[in-house]
Amino acid sequence: MTPSNIRRLILILVLVVTATFISLPPKFSNLNFKIGNFSFSRKFDLHLGLDLAGGSQLTFEADMSKIAPDKQATALTGVKNVIDRRVNLFGVSEPTVQTSVFNGKDRIIVELPGVTDTQQAVDLIGKTAQLQFFEVKDIPKTLTASASSQLVPTELTGADLQSASVVFDSQTGKPAISIQFTTDGGNKFADITGRNVGKALPIILDNAIISAPIVQAKITGGSAQISGNFTVDEAKQLAIQLNAGALPIPVNLVSETSIGATLGADSISRSVLAGIVGVVMVSLFMILAYGKFGVVADIGLYIFAVITIALYKLIPITITLPGIAGFMLSVGMAVDSNILIFERFKEEKLKRDPAQALEVSFGRAWNSIRDAYAATLITCFVLANPLDWVFLNTSGPIRGFAITLALGIIISLFSGIFVSRNLLRLFVKDKKNKMIDMNII
Amino acid sequence: MIMWMKYRWLYLLISGVVILFGLFGLAKWGLQIGVEFKGGTLIEYKLEKDIGSEKISQAVKTSGIEVVSVQKTQTGSYLLKLGQVNTTQRVNIKTSLTKLAGSADELRFETIGPTVGQELVTKTLYGLLIAAGGILLWVAIQFKSIKFGVSAVVAMFHDSLVVVGMYSIFGHFYGAEVDLLFVTALLTILSFSVHDTIIVYDRIRESKKAYGDDLYDLANKATSETMVRSLNNTFVVVFMMIALLLLGGETIRWFTATLLVGTLSGAYSSPFVAVPILVTWDEISKKLKNR
Repeated sequence: MTPSNIRRLILILVLVVTATFISLPPKFSNLNFKIGNFSFSRKFDLHLGLDLAGGSQLTFEADMSKIAPDKQATALTGVKNVIDRRVNLFGVSEPTVQTSVFNGKDRIIVELPGVTDTQQAVDLIGKTAQLQFFEVKDIPKTLTASASSQLVPTELTGADLQSASVVFDSQTGKPAISIQFTTDGGNKFADITGRNVGKALPIILDNAIISAPIVQAKITGGSAQISGNFTVDEAKQLAIQLNAGALPIPVNLVSETSIGATLGADSISRSVLAGIVGVVMVSLFMILAYGKFGVVADIGLYIFAVITIALYKLIPITITLPGIAGFMLSVGMAVDSNILIFERFKEEKLKRDPAQALEVSFGRAWNSIRDAYAATLITCFVLANPLDWVFLNTSGPIRGFAITLALGIIISLFSGIFVSRNLLRLFVKDKKNKMIDMNII
Repeated sequence: MIMWMKYRWLYLLISGVVILFGLFGLAKWGLQIGVEFKGGTLIEYKLEKDIGSEKISQAVKTSGIEVVSVQKTQTGSYLLKLGQVNTTQRVNIKTSLTKLAGSADELRFETIGPTVGQELVTKTLYGLLIAAGGILLWVAIQFKSIKFGVSAVVAMFHDSLVVVGMYSIFGHFYGAEVDLLFVTALLTILSFSVHDTIIVYDRIRESKKAYGDDLYDLANKATSETMVRSLNNTFVVVFMMIALLLLGGETIRWFTATLLVGTLSGAYSSPFVAVPILVTWDEISKKLKNR
């Protein structure tokens, strides 16, 4: 064996051990150690998509009818930012908020892992939450009409809030919202309360009066309390909406998907079983068809599997059901590169000595593998749509499938060609004279 | 050497019969379009008491919602396909089912507005065209001939025709629906089909240097050389797909079935559709030149 061969084999070994460790279930694969003052801790978990972990996807459509065409993009980004803040304040772990513009339809796609009761989420996200303080102006009695009063908006709105939080009213014990104005907002509030002592000051949220307290005295200090007829949940939701700000334009729910956690768990256990059975069948087949070479292919297949799972955890890649299918298909492709090479070897072996035949087989098979893999990568590119082209799908599951398939193809180049080649070299060179006995003939 | 190309008419006949069979199904029954494309609602419930689909359907209808179908799944849960359902109606359905069956656990809920579905169709078509165009170009460049590219893409569309046709039959007899996963499967089959075709093409390209230009002989030689590989590789993929089909659960059953049909068709179409077209095209263009 040449030194470079040994180096390569050591490299493969180190990689395989590392990858095997990372791909173990989290119980075994988490790193936790301390050397002196240096402590290191890292978790290696698979990221599961909504269809496996359970959760919801909500698609909203923004109503752009009142927005000038040149301002629509800004408005949509504004909507996205507000929804982003609301979802984060809601306390969902790893939510995603995306926008999509296609054929004049402006959409916001919200994914909430772990949330299956979507009613609350839809209320939280979909409400415009435009808060406004109104004054009551009295209209004196005239000849034609009796005395009446009219609501007049003030310049004080939800935009003047610094923060909002849920409190419990000291007198009634009911939930209420405590608000803190910005300095500017506090001044406005002082002015408004100053000129309305003894009168009602209606607070209006999305065109509905939520409370109309009577002003007792001018309020300085920039804070106030809204006590409506809230339940605790409603109060919490409103506090989140006020903190996140109002939506610049109204949105409507157009589609919604939610997957319960039990269905997801069931899918995982079934796919894992199917995967194991499939891989075992393939491994047996390779040994039956190619004997000792089949064993080398199976080692390559093992390396392929652990590196793939390790990369899923490291990158990380969100695993969805189609993603699992993509993984299984790429197993098929990984084995295919070995089949190609072994079949080629059978031919070449008749023309030259085994060691040389091996090198020639790898070289010739490479041409077809390169061209064939590139064609599959083209399809993966279209499916994954990494540049977010608006005329192609951006759907999560399809993307997941394409990414796992593409990754599988790239890793199989390493496991099916680099690894098997070095293992076979070892095999063929050391037993040069015994090659003829091998049942590959 | 086996003269594979001598029996071109036979391959054409086999392909023709399978495709006609599928087209017949398409014309007679069409495709079952899923909620993702059509718009509508899909809910899956796990009920405590099995009250039967008839009662479920009635309970939903009384809430004023259109019922497309109610199916019992393998695992004993119920899959409801409904018209548009809003959040209040969703709660109503659950309450009335809980009353009837003791408890109703909502396993999944999907509702898609009609415009979203329309968009998916358009985007899918664009995806298909771009992928096909990219592959045609790639093959044409790598094999330095547009004939290779076009023949490969024709074989590709042969496979999609086979799959779509078979799917209308699955749909009619077993309720398989066209959804996003079907689209994914279709696109994957395209790349698989080309993968196999390129492997055969590669042998033609390689032998050309040593054995000259007669495409008829080169094609026979390449087909013989790749036959065992093609069979073994098909076995491997079929093993994986059958494992997924039998053990992988309801959600991906038709996805896997589609891939299985596509893999078989893709393995067949490379030596028996793409290469014969290439050879025939070459013969015709040579005759035209010699005239």
